[in-house]
Amino acid sequence: MPEKTLLKHTDTPNSETMDFYLSQKGYEASRKALTSYEPAKLIDEVKGSGLRGRGGAGFSTGMKWSFVPKDIFPKYLVCNADESEPGTFKDRALIERYPHSVIEGIIIACWAVQINSAFIYIRGEFTLGAKKLQKAIDEAYQKGFLGKNIFGSKFNLDITVHRGAGAYICGEETGLLTSIEGYRGYPKIKPPFPAIQGLFAKPTVINNVETLANLPYILNNGAQWFKSMGTEKSPGPKIFCVSGHVNKPGLYELPLGTPCMEIINNYGGGVWKNRKLKAVIPGGSSAPVLTAAQAEKLNMDYEAVAAAGSMLGSGGLIVMDETVCMVNALYNLIRFYHHESCGQCTPCRYGTGWLDKILHRMEHGNGKQGDIELMLNICDNMRGKTICVLADAAAMPVQSFIKNFRDEFEYHIKEHKCTVTI
Amino acid sequence: MPKTFNAKTMEKFQALSQRYPTKDALLLPVLRLAEEEFNGIDDDAMELVAGLVGVPPAKVMSVFTFYTHYRRAGSGKYLLQVCSTLPCALRGSQEIFEHLKKKLGIDSEETTKDGKFTLKKVECLGSCGTSPVVQINEDYYENLTTEKLDEILNKLQ
Ligand SMILES: Cc1cc2nc3c(=O)[nH]c(=O)nc-3n(C[C@H](O)[C@H](O)[C@H](O)COP(=O)(O)O)c2cc1C
Ligand code: SF4
Ligand code: FES
Repeated sequence: MPEKTLLKHTDTPNSETMDFYLSQKGYEASRKALTSYEPAKLIDEVKGSGLRGRGGAGFSTGMKWSFVPKDIFPKYLVCNADESEPGTFKDRALIERYPHSVIEGIIIACWAVQINSAFIYIRGEFTLGAKKLQKAIDEAYQKGFLGKNIFGSKFNLDITVHRGAGAYICGEETGLLTSIEGYRGYPKIKPPFPAIQGLFAKPTVINNVETLANLPYILNNGAQWFKSMGTEKSPGPKIFCVSGHVNKPGLYELPLGTPCMEIINNYGGGVWKNRKLKAVIPGGSSAPVLTAAQAEKLNMDYEAVAAAGSMLGSGGLIVMDETVCMVNALYNLIRFYHHESCGQCTPCRYGTGWLDKILHRMEHGNGKQGDIELMLNICDNMRGKTICVLADAAAMPVQSFIKNFRDEFEYHIKEHKCTVTI
Repeated sequence: MPKTFNAKTMEKFQALSQRYPTKDALLLPVLRLAEEEFNGIDDDAMELVAGLVGVPPAKVMSVFTFYTHYRRAGSGKYLLQVCSTLPCALRGSQEIFEHLKKKLGIDSEETTKDGKFTLKKVECLGSCGTSPVVQINEDYYENLTTEKLDEILNKLQ
């Protein structure tokens, strides 16, 4: 396995402590940033590294920072630790096992954008993670790495852990901000983008946990080091979350661009029970499903996965073997989106509801002729017509499952049962 | 009965007030304080939170009902949250759920008569690499089988 960076120490005992982190050059990167980098130069360095957001959209991190107006105060940074995209479980490992790398990433980002107040929005279920983060933050305050005059500079920074309470939509950045502000987690129309008008109507940077955790290493080892991994447009290491029908599900940190089958076979231990691969969802549940044949040729970087018709998203690789009924799998996913729709937009609220209803009847042997066309029609009426992209995230699985496995849906309607028996 | 926070919780409340620039933003964290102190949130707790934060009770109710993870008053001593989303379903979460349902004689969102267990089917817990997963109160139990689960339940008093 290539050498690990982000997850190098996550299996080491006491890796979450300040003492351990300091023994691994901890807080040297943030010290270096604050004492020898002008903020503008730091933004250039991160832009130059080619780091792209690991939360789902893959947008250039340095670029995102550079959109924030310089003359408006206060500004905020929010670390997105909502980790609720099904198939994704990497941020939890970083938070529970190496929280100081996340905190140090936040310090670096806040210095680059000149932010004095940061929030970590952590999903409510991660009680242990919230405790570990708080402990690590307390340690950092004691050492003078947070609070006033950090590293003897004039720079001040506070970090507050803010717990979510069970709502997938609060992972969406504007929903997340509304939630911190003390409301239902309703997303807002963009523009204005959070970089201009975000938390408490102030300029706000929102970055995923894994994105931020990369920053100390980029500072310590340089942008060139970062670019030496991965592909030209998708550089750096990525934590792939492998779940479903493999022998060894888990987290595998590999360069972007690693072939999908290498991840499944060499690291995930191959498809379990000596069964054949049927399908993969390469980037968390919202990403379009791909067939085994497509997976054979797939490299796991942003461009290659997009070219194959899906998304690298959060790096959640869900593996399905030949026994999976695709109607059943899609029904499970749509039930999720129906449950998690915040209900503000009619196409999403009703669309996910109808899809749920149609798939329910199909799954229970009561599918009707025309149901496939009806579902596709509903998807057309959802995509691009709502406040946030949850509606698209629900429609994409439906469209791709039908496109790639239409015969199974037709069989279900005609024969009132599955093509596969588990 | 109107509720009040004890001195320790009030201290936490004061500390939180320093952290947020608006009063509304205190709502979610203060609901957590109420959940901790009263072991579940009911109308009186919401009324208390409304008073402390300085927002109408109706707003607290509206926010509270949006989020699924706050503990509702009347939940059993142990809240068993069984993940049922696709990655867990691929590895047998349905079997885990059915097992619990049968063993406890209750369905999702129901509580055993002795008040010990509440069962709840939930969506992805962010632990899909170690599925099936059940969250019991604050703790995650991972890579479960029905046998392992039985052992765990036996230890819960
Ligand atoms: C429905 C929905 C759910 C999302 N959930 C998450 C999440 O759980 N964690 C996350 O980091 N980003 C999530 N995102 C992406 C965020 O909106 C945002 O793009 C990201 O946090 C930005 O950070 P990055 O640039 O570092 O990736 C979600 C987006 C959508 C539309
Ligand atoms: S698209 Fe769905 S989740 Fe997003 S704002 Fe509209 S109703 Fe809410
Ligand atoms: S699907 Fe169960 S933890 Fe993610």
